[in-house]
Amino acid sequence: MTGLTAAEPGLRVLQRNLWVYRRTWRGSIFSSFLTPVLFLLAMGLGLGALVNRGAGAGGFGGATYLAFLAPGLMAGSAMQTAAFESSFPIMARIQWQRNYEAMLATPLRVRDLLVGELGYIGFRLLTTAGVFFLVMLAFGVVRSPLAPLGVAAAVLTGFAFSPLIVAFSATQKGDTTGFNMLFRFVIMPLYLFSGSFFPIEQLPGALQALAWLTPLYNGVALTRGLVLGTAEPLTALAHTAVLIAYAGLGLALARRSLGRRMVG
Amino acid sequence: MSHASPDADAASPKPALISARGLTKRFGDFTAVDAIDFDVAPGEAFGFLGPNGAGKTSTMRMIGCVSPISGGTLRVLGLDPAADGRRIRAQLGVVPQQDNLDTELTVRENLLIYARYFEIGGPDARRRADELLEFVQLADRAESEVEPLSGGLRRRLTIARALINDPTLILLDEPTTGLDPQARHLLWERLYQLKRKGATLVLTTHYMDEAEQLCDRLVVMDQARIVAEGSPRALIERHVTREVLELRLPADDHAPLDGRFDGLEPLVERVEQRPDRVLLYTSDGEAAVERIHERGVRPESSLIRRASLEDVFLRLTGRTLVD
Repeated sequence: MTGLTAAEPGLRVLQRNLWVYRRTWRGSIFSSFLTPVLFLLAMGLGLGALVNRGAGAGGFGGATYLAFLAPGLMAGSAMQTAAFESSFPIMARIQWQRNYEAMLATPLRVRDLLVGELGYIGFRLLTTAGVFFLVMLAFGVVRSPLAPLGVAAAVLTGFAFSPLIVAFSATQKGDTTGFNMLFRFVIMPLYLFSGSFFPIEQLPGALQALAWLTPLYNGVALTRGLVLGTAEPLTALAHTAVLIAYAGLGLALARRSLGRRMVG
Repeated sequence: MSHASPDADAASPKPALISARGLTKRFGDFTAVDAIDFDVAPGEAFGFLGPNGAGKTSTMRMIGCVSPISGGTLRVLGLDPAADGRRIRAQLGVVPQQDNLDTELTVRENLLIYARYFEIGGPDARRRADELLEFVQLADRAESEVEPLSGGLRRRLTIARALINDPTLILLDEPTTGLDPQARHLLWERLYQLKRKGATLVLTTHYMDEAEQLCDRLVVMDQARIVAEGSPRALIERHVTREVLELRLPADDHAPLDGRFDGLEPLVERVEQRPDRVLLYTSDGEAAVERIHERGVRPESSLIRRASLEDVFLRLTGRTLVD
């Protein structure tokens, strides 16, 4: 009998996504290279010259604005990659292209679809954060021997969002209104106010506390601490725990939500 | 396609591939399938005939182990879908109502990746994909994208994909809906080939000609229930006459029909009035035409045809299959 011997059937779904990626990888790598270069040039160096002057020598814990910004952006762009890959393509495979219906007619189960999709999103997070890291090296902002762990922190930041957004996508009825709201009212504000661009100590007290609860703040702080070598072990563990908690919650919700959507 | 042909030993019937008793599907308060019983034997082409919304697709989804049953019992390949969904699906070939090909992959890649979902890989998968592309006459389009393919070609690719695991049981939900006549005939011919090689087909359709062409046996479904069961010929013999005389009356003929066709029994067994025509169910169409003319009825046109499953459905439900 075919189809039942696989150690991990979800790898077949990952394989399918990689076959598709084979077609577009050049453009994808190029854009994950270009985006940080442009941002670090414009904001890190251009705007940063002004910011450094205003902040004075001790402004960013001794770092330049460029060095402060770069790891924050790496975590922020991991969130954006995760959010994009977990929304429109998932909806397409649920409803527009109906790939999941085709897959579930084989021995594959809902959990296998999730394993495959999250595996692929992990791959995308790793490549975009990896390219980002190379750009940071080129800009000379990497200071710490722990810095490569910053890539893992960025990937974990993406995983704090991805399953939650997959769960949300599985509840959407095929139009993009929900996604537009998600990007406009959740992803964009998080991106701007979670410490990527300026320290959250600049926020009013109540909003600071709120920022502490968001996955992106924890991801930014962890990534920055590792890249700049300023991480305190206990704080870093706390950030990691928050990110894992979001990922775990998301996984449980995604499994339930996609199951309800596909098997009824 | 390498199925063994049906056992010649007809005296000892094989266990049913599908067996349903009191099979029920509810969505909230709505009952989509209402306690139906049926069995499908190995090597049989079995059909669910009925209009849209009769419960055919819900039944197929339960057989395909992607929709849990709400009541009754269901055994597919001797197994319980609730417990053994993966094992059952490993032996099914499914052609869904709406094409769900992978539009981001080529024609051949569609077959190769589907083979991977069944854990068939390497040379086996490639050989099988090539055979199937030949079988559905798509070999020359192997490297094409799916997007530019016509509806008929996509359907053929979907059928090839459903055969990639050499399934014991092939489920086809409305296999030719939306196709032009030429594409439909080509598909029927391919499905007929599968049937001749001994494949077990289960299909839903609201086309009576499709049911007559392909099905050894069928059930007529209406409003979540099975209203009749048998071979196409047996259903026609049991529920309607051999011939049907179709009369179109002139557009300005608004005289009530009552009376005009009365008293023609036993020659005319039943008269059915439709919006655009009158149907006379009769054992002898020619004789019926003569009797009508004797009565001075002058239809715009008259046609004698063999009775079909459409007539059976009309008889059983008072409605037509395709509105």
